[in-house]
Amino acid sequence: MSKASSSTTKKISSFVLLVIFLTLALSLAALVLAINAFSLNNIAAYYLLLIGFLGVALSAYVLFQTRRRIKHLSIKTPSITTTVECEKCGFKSIREFKRGDYIFREVEPCQKCNENMVITAIYREVQEKKKKTRF
Amino acid sequence: MNKMAAMTALQNQILQEPFGEYSWILNLLFYGVFIVFMFYGQRIQMMVMLREVEGSLYKLKYIKEEGRKIAIETMKEIGKPQTDPTTRVDRFLEYFTISPQTLDPSGVVWKLEHILDVRDTRFKDEIKLMAPAADKTQANNLENTLEAAMALNYIYKIVRHFYLLGKKTLSLYVIMQLQMILPLVMREAEAYASALKAFAYGQPIGDGVGALVAAKLTRGYQTRKIAKDCIVATVPMEGRTAYVVKAEGPGGNVGKPGDAIKAIVEENEGNIATIIMIDAALKLEGEEAGEVAEGVGAAIGGPGVDQFKIEESVLKYHIPINAVIIKEDIGDAVSPMRKEIFDAAHKVTERIKQVILEKTKEGDKIIIVGVGNTIGIGQ
Ligand SMILES: [Zn+2]
Repeated sequence: MSKASSSTTKKISSFVLLVIFLTLALSLAALVLAINAFSLNNIAAYYLLLIGFLGVALSAYVLFQTRRRIKHLSIKTPSITTTVECEKCGFKSIREFKRGDYIFREVEPCQKCNENMVITAIYREVQEKKKKTRF
Repeated sequence: MNKMAAMTALQNQILQEPFGEYSWILNLLFYGVFIVFMFYGQRIQMMVMLREVEGSLYKLKYIKEEGRKIAIETMKEIGKPQTDPTTRVDRFLEYFTISPQTLDPSGVVWKLEHILDVRDTRFKDEIKLMAPAADKTQANNLENTLEAAMALNYIYKIVRHFYLLGKKTLSLYVIMQLQMILPLVMREAEAYASALKAFAYGQPIGDGVGALVAAKLTRGYQTRKIAKDCIVATVPMEGRTAYVVKAEGPGGNVGKPGDAIKAIVEENEGNIATIIMIDAALKLEGEEAGEVAEGVGAAIGGPGVDQFKIEESVLKYHIPINAVIIKEDIGDAVSPMRKEIFDAAHKVTERIKQVILEKTKEGDKIIIVGVGNTIGIGQ
């Protein structure tokens, strides 16, 4: 990233940070008040406790969000497999994809019968975590 | 307002206790926050949105740079140019195409086709200069790689434009529009990024499943060239004669199936019992990748020139046109082919046989077209 754009990040983030810290300060104050109200057996203690925790949680969440973003930046390279098959005897082998491979390309001779083998499949396998939904 | 009075009273009561005489500070703070949010709420919301867009823009920039780097490296590796191709690639990334005027839409298809042809020739010439050592297959793959890099560059520029415009004008609507479509834009950009890698290595992509089916059908039969970058094989199937059409592989290339169908139909003087088109189609969320569905119509994407031509040819002789599609999402369509989609090719072949048995008689002539980018798929 160039210098100019990173400085704009800072400019905006200082403003947002101010808001976050203000929220944090207020919610901490609410928590202090809650403790005091508890000693007085005031019912408002629960409300204040709730507000305080919500405020702390919210500001902490926003704060972490800004930190987390930069981590996952990369183009994933999935592993691609090439299936090589002998059309005569059915011998099959699976290996990593190499540049120049294509489906129905004739490649090195078969280990068993010396006939040229053929690439019959090139694909990537995806392990997908299936989320069960009702639809 | 009554409620607010009660709230203030409650606040005063509680606040008095722990902070004693300094409670007014807290009181003031509460009011201050309330007023700030009342008057600047929208602006704060805007700032948050801008930040979100900025994060995505940062990511887009990274993806774009990465794409450019891969394109240049592949160019150097395969093309073995004498001079550094970087400046040429950078100039190429800015290349644009102006689509024809549609104020008077009659005949616009031919104008569009002409412009696309000119573009293609121009691209091929550029590639030849940038990568003199590349053979035809590699040149096609390089062209596809550069096109993906171009798309990424374009997406980045558009998002950046609206981001900067939003920041400059501080208009909620400019920023909001951008922020709303951003998730979809990012998905597309990620799809292009994985496409770029697949193209650079010459791996078959999800979109090529139609071509894969056609390749499986033509395997073992003599093929001949029928149109630009398009081949056909005459294959006996269930007692019928099938003309199986696909783009010429294994270079990245979609061919001109419209011209191919027209040529075959004219060769047979319209004596074709049915046309079956096989293509990958975008799935809706919730549908499985690799699902096979059947329907009617010309199943072909792209700028529409080929669909138009196919519809013209079938209309002339009133040939029924069927379609078999394989569902996949945009990410699957342009990234290396998933196993589910690869396996679907077998299901599609069965489906085609079924359609042929149901819709045609023995001795009929039929056309089967495998639509899609045939990168990484021979014949
Ligand atoms: Zn063998």
